[in-house]
Amino acid sequence: MKEIKDFYQLEKDIAALKAEIDKIQESDDQDKRKKIEDLRAKIKDEWTQIGANLSPVHIVQIARHPKRPYTLDYLESLTTDFTELHGDRRAGDDPALIAGFGFYHGRTAAFIGHQKGRTTRQRLARNFGQPNPEGYRKALRVMKLAEKFGFPVITLIDTPGANPGIQAEEKGQAEAIAYNLKEIAKLRVPVINVVIGEGGSGGALAIGVGDAILMLEHSFYSVISTEGCAAILWKDQSAVDLAAENLRFLSKDLMEFGVVDTVIPEPPGGAHVDYELTYKNVDKYLHTTLKKLEKKTPEERIQERYQKFRKIGVFTEK
Amino acid sequence: MTGIWTRCNNCRRILYKQDILDNLFICPECNFHFRLSAIDRLNMLFDLGQYELIDQDIFPEDPLGFKDTKSYAVRLKENIKKTGLSDAVLNAVGTMDGIRIIMSAMEFAFMGGSMGSVVGEKITRAFERALEENIPAVVISSSGGARMQEGILSLMQLMKTSSAIANLDKGGIPYISVLTDPTTGGVTASYAMLGDINIAEPNSLIGFAGPRVIEQTIKEKLPKGFQRSEFLLHHGMLDDVVERRNLRSYIIRVLRLFLNKPRTE
Repeated sequence: MKEIKDFYQLEKDIAALKAEIDKIQESDDQDKRKKIEDLRAKIKDEWTQIGANLSPVHIVQIARHPKRPYTLDYLESLTTDFTELHGDRRAGDDPALIAGFGFYHGRTAAFIGHQKGRTTRQRLARNFGQPNPEGYRKALRVMKLAEKFGFPVITLIDTPGANPGIQAEEKGQAEAIAYNLKEIAKLRVPVINVVIGEGGSGGALAIGVGDAILMLEHSFYSVISTEGCAAILWKDQSAVDLAAENLRFLSKDLMEFGVVDTVIPEPPGGAHVDYELTYKNVDKYLHTTLKKLEKKTPEERIQERYQKFRKIGVFTEK
Repeated sequence: MTGIWTRCNNCRRILYKQDILDNLFICPECNFHFRLSAIDRLNMLFDLGQYELIDQDIFPEDPLGFKDTKSYAVRLKENIKKTGLSDAVLNAVGTMDGIRIIMSAMEFAFMGGSMGSVVGEKITRAFERALEENIPAVVISSSGGARMQEGILSLMQLMKTSSAIANLDKGGIPYISVLTDPTTGGVTASYAMLGDINIAEPNSLIGFAGPRVIEQTIKEKLPKGFQRSEFLLHHGMLDDVVERRNLRSYIIRVLRLFLNKPRTE
């Protein structure tokens, strides 16, 4: 068993192997195919050895990886004619949360997702994917529009959490989140959530509940960030690893607790290593889930959605 | 409050404790509202302080095996001993001015009134019972938010409780939410903000993100009165700020209005 100190170091090793592959690919080497295959096997080996050994902190690093596919990447790959809609019709528009309609497998669906930025400028413009109340309210507006036309709602979760700011409080971010939860419970169309990266607390939850919650293998969904938890419970910012181990927020944990319905496997090394394979996997599970949900009546879905969350929780009754 | 004398947290005056007790735990000098226990709330709001406690046999577990500076299992034991409660909320049925209602009152002294599986379950049962019995629901919130020690299970209680409120909408059941000092985080972002009316006691801290977190993030001092009841009223998040001495009569009046039941002499 290999011990990993830092995921990014491991990643550099894998990247070096990949660079070697690319080099061989361009060369006139006679044994090109064989050499490449060997190197691919080596990467896979490296990863399998390590994969089982990844700590929650490493998973957080993968989930927050700057090259990890974001909402807009998925929309580009999974949909055609995606049309983004703006504004909550109350106060403004939130660039941290994208909502709109596109064709998915030849049929209209609403897509709603958090969007982080890739470059520094984009990150600032997107507020690092931390939504404001306008974002939650826009999301609900688009969900209700989907309901009007009978289109399914697919949400992509990838946020560090709600925006901790003065204006977000003034505009009632707690109310915005709460109201979304109540209204999602009543939606007559299928609602599928896919956790693609960070599932950060209330900011994730506001669009992160529905008929089925799917979760990429190396994403997480948590009541609080590891940093926040370390600061509050350990009173020590450096206790993030302890917080990460205690919070049990990984895909396998959430399966165990009955929160998540499906874990979507990631390519060796993480979603960012092979975008195409990631999209393919997400599409496969998403489409299967959607087909299953569309066979039910709205009443059945609403009832089963209620029961899904009704059952979550652990206590004893004496 | 132990001893005969105590100091008001707000005006710093030394007060005779009995004067505060006789005054609904309000400072007779500066009108500061002291925090109340869940039992005090029930005693103060139901007719003649009489009610029946329900859902009393639900106890917390430690599903994550959580351990910070202390293990969650030990924390639970200590809090159960300290408060005499099984967790951070009490459910009760009784009458207010003769109107049968179900009330949940949160206990801030129990792990900061945090919501884990038990709080989520009891609040949900209260709403479900309100629907079954066709009686109004009242919730008195006081909470630091979702209970970190139960991880994602706590976060999902927000959806569980909010879904139960969705059913009250369909059933035409009145739900009155009373926010008291402090109500923050996951409780604000679920049932506390979802009342048919939301009211709060004066000067209560109410918000989603805690003020310290916001201050650290934006690296500025927060404006005076930020996230206090009056601030929320100003920003349209509350229907009114109601003093404790008027709380019972206010709730009764609203119940009568929603139930279309004028007082008969």
